[in-house]
Amino acid sequence: MREWLGKITVVPKPAVNDPQGIAVLDGLHSLDFEEVRQVRVGKHLDVRLQAESQEQANEQLNVMCERLLANTLIESYEVRVEESDE
Amino acid sequence: MKIGVVTFPGSNGDTDCMEVLRETPGCEPVLLWHKSVDLEGADALVLPGGFAHGDYLRAGAIARFSPVMREVERFAASGGPVLGICNGFQVLTEAHLLPGALLRNREILFHCAWAHVRVSSTRSPWLAGIPEGSVLRLAVAHGQGKYYADGDTLQTLQERRQVALEYCDADGNLTPKSNHNGSERNIAAVTNESGNVLGMMPHPERSTDPLLGSADGRALFSSVVSALAGVGR
Repeated sequence: MREWLGKITVVPKPAVNDPQGIAVLDGLHSLDFEEVRQVRVGKHLDVRLQAESQEQANEQLNVMCERLLANTLIESYEVRVEESDE
Repeated sequence: MKIGVVTFPGSNGDTDCMEVLRETPGCEPVLLWHKSVDLEGADALVLPGGFAHGDYLRAGAIARFSPVMREVERFAASGGPVLGICNGFQVLTEAHLLPGALLRNREILFHCAWAHVRVSSTRSPWLAGIPEGSVLRLAVAHGQGKYYADGDTLQTLQERRQVALEYCDADGNLTPKSNHNGSERNIAAVTNESGNVLGMMPHPERSTDPLLGSADGRALFSSVVSALAGVGR
């Protein structure tokens, strides 16, 4: 067993209105970042876990996303796995 | 008639629910801690409002795995009447006992106000005693109450008469202005397919005294008592 670091990003799906993103977009525009076209606000989770391999860690993290970490009705997620340096 | 009110860590509507149930004739309320795996013979269940488990991750996402929820799921599957109010509604959608999800309000703001809702389906035992088309004045207090479901689901909900309450003006018209949080199709409450599980964003338990603005919420609690008495549960 080795320790891995799962980096998970959860964002609202494109069809879902994201008022937080719109508010941040307005904020950036008021700071004169006129080039910004869109902002989506999601969340990031760092999950340290034990697994036999990177593939197994990835699989476990995907199951965690489906069951709890994301609500797939309104959110999409992305999982990356790195070797944990702790 | 025993009605169980579930308390999660962070619930804040439970005592108001207990209060109104105590005042409802024929009703004996019982408080159930979220770690309980015994519903103590409850004939109906209320999941109150609040911020269960701090609303961490997503509203209702952690509460859904509280030990009591397995019993709530079993109770709901057996046809028992379940009412989720506000945060309780969010818990029921996360638990897949109700379709859809509750998103952040359209304007991000937390809404604490009075809202009118039209009773559009009385399939639920919590609404069976109220004439269809009635307009209720109920308290709302939420930051994430914008009802969302995809187009096909919304279509199905309306065809199967699962849309229970809709935001409207005082005369019962479904106007964009009365849809204060930006919910799809003005939806304020939905039921599951068989109608026994109802989730609603407005607070009937905070709308129980004319002195405080409205007593329209009482009708839901007396309705479920009559419905249960009728089927002899």
